[in-house]
Amino acid sequence: MYRALLELADDHLVLGHRVSEWCGHAPMLEEDLALPNMALDCIGTARALYARAGELEGAGRDEDALAYFRGEREYLNCLLVEQPNGDFAQTMLRQLGFAAFMEPFWRAAAQSSDDAVRGVAGKAVKEMAYNIRHAGEWVVRLGDGTDESTGRMRAASDALAPYWDELFLSSPATQEAEAAGILPERAGLRANWEQVMRDVFAQALLDWPEATWSQGGGREGRHGEGLGHLLAEMQSVARAHPGATW
Amino acid sequence: MYAQGLIGADGRTDETPEFLAAFKARIDAEEKIEPKDAMPEGYRRTLIRQIGQHAHSEIVGMLPEGNWITRAPSLKRKAALLAKVQDEGGHGLYLYAAAETLGVSREEMTEELLDGRAKYSSIFNYPTLTWADIGTIGWLVDGAAIMNQIPLCRCSFGPYARAMIRVCKEESFHQRQGYEIMLTLCRGTQAQKDMAQDALNRWWWPSLMMFGPHDADSTHSDQSMAWKIKRFSNDELRQKFIDATVPQAEFLGLTVPDPECKWNEAKGGYDHGPIDWDEFWRVVKGGGVMNRERIAARKKAWDDGAWVREAALVHAEKRKARKAAMAAE
Ligand SMILES: [Fe+2]
Ligand SMILES: [Fe+2]
Repeated sequence: MYRALLELADDHLVLGHRVSEWCGHAPMLEEDLALPNMALDCIGTARALYARAGELEGAGRDEDALAYFRGEREYLNCLLVEQPNGDFAQTMLRQLGFAAFMEPFWRAAAQSSDDAVRGVAGKAVKEMAYNIRHAGEWVVRLGDGTDESTGRMRAASDALAPYWDELFLSSPATQEAEAAGILPERAGLRANWEQVMRDVFAQALLDWPEATWSQGGGREGRHGEGLGHLLAEMQSVARAHPGATW
Repeated sequence: MYAQGLIGADGRTDETPEFLAAFKARIDAEEKIEPKDAMPEGYRRTLIRQIGQHAHSEIVGMLPEGNWITRAPSLKRKAALLAKVQDEGGHGLYLYAAAETLGVSREEMTEELLDGRAKYSSIFNYPTLTWADIGTIGWLVDGAAIMNQIPLCRCSFGPYARAMIRVCKEESFHQRQGYEIMLTLCRGTQAQKDMAQDALNRWWWPSLMMFGPHDADSTHSDQSMAWKIKRFSNDELRQKFIDATVPQAEFLGLTVPDPECKWNEAKGGYDHGPIDWDEFWRVVKGGGVMNRERIAARKKAWDDGAWVREAALVHAEKRKARKAAMAAE
């Protein structure tokens, strides 16, 4: 179960970190306020999950030990969340796809047999609903906006298409947690997710991309090259001062 | 003598001596001036300049601290820094809204910032080099901002005064949070302590410069005082800041980088050494380490975002047209 929670925590931290890269550089001031909200939602959830994972591991590692002192082969996030921000269209579509998966996930996790997971779920389900709304509205605006924005949204959809499948795959550790009633079954969330995505795409006057191939490996720590750079940056100060308190 | 000009945000009125005297009487009676009220053109222009500069400072100020969001050394600090930088963006938003009540748009103000016509606080032209800079900026820069802004809560222009009340609450939270980062560093390892001292060494003098030139050299001050846009002189505010901050540095076990900084019993405040005004003017005029990068970063965000803003407008129009077409059926 430790490993299953770590996968989930890594998803949230890596995505929160990516979204935080926008802070101060957004297309408009309103988005300079909204993007940090989305990043904070993800990072807040990651912290709670790392804390619980550390407890379960029982090796005295706290949230920061888990976040700052593991390398890229030990990170277990899915590949979707580590994808570079790209343009605003790609960032918003990535956020929509992730939130549209996590919102029903947390809704189901409200029945988890683990107190800590239930605690996270109660808060996260509302946050992910907001993320779906905010990112979904942008996908619609950009899809049905100018020729340029439509083209960019199509390109984003193509760029991210190979990474959706991995959301619905459960690693052996996650399968155990699912069987124990701690986490909801990922595969079972697909229909709901596709419904939300197809609905947004229809409003955006975009064709839903039929997947031609998919890319996984994140749950075994096999990532793209970008994650190593993300972690090198994120961990640089903490690793230069091991044992320090901040 | 009377000048002619635009009075208030919407309407031409002659600035007769009677009008100016009546306006002065309202100010003297501590009445708040609201956007719809008639006001001298100079008052309006001064406020647009000041509020615009203030808004730009909040926005450009997101960059030096934003530089450390991806490297914050703990998840708690990362979340707090993100929230802080987000708050600064929020301050920018209230302030642009306050300036817009005077008849200038956010787009116009943004363009003035990007083409160099409008200024922003020069402190943000210094680079953030270590994590300790994040603590120091909260402690000193937000601290100095509070000293400047508390009196603005009583500014004669209503929308600015009200924006400042909200902003000051958040700035004082930022200041405490920054000081707490410093406290943690100063109780930490020798390397952390050295990092804290180094950051104080670099930010101390630029922080003192944030209050502007000495009173004798300050050009806009007298009129702003008479209009109750400004309540204390630059030197008075600087003195208050030094008196509040030096004991805080001592508590941290850090040394203010000014050998002439000494308690003066007779004046009941600290004396300080000479401020390098050549450096101040050089940085104001564009010669700081980060001036070009700051504006380039804002310009890049603005230009790269143009297609997004345009798409949002076009989409809104399409929706409106569709709604109208449906209603007509
Ligand atoms: Fe601020
Ligand atoms: Fe602040």
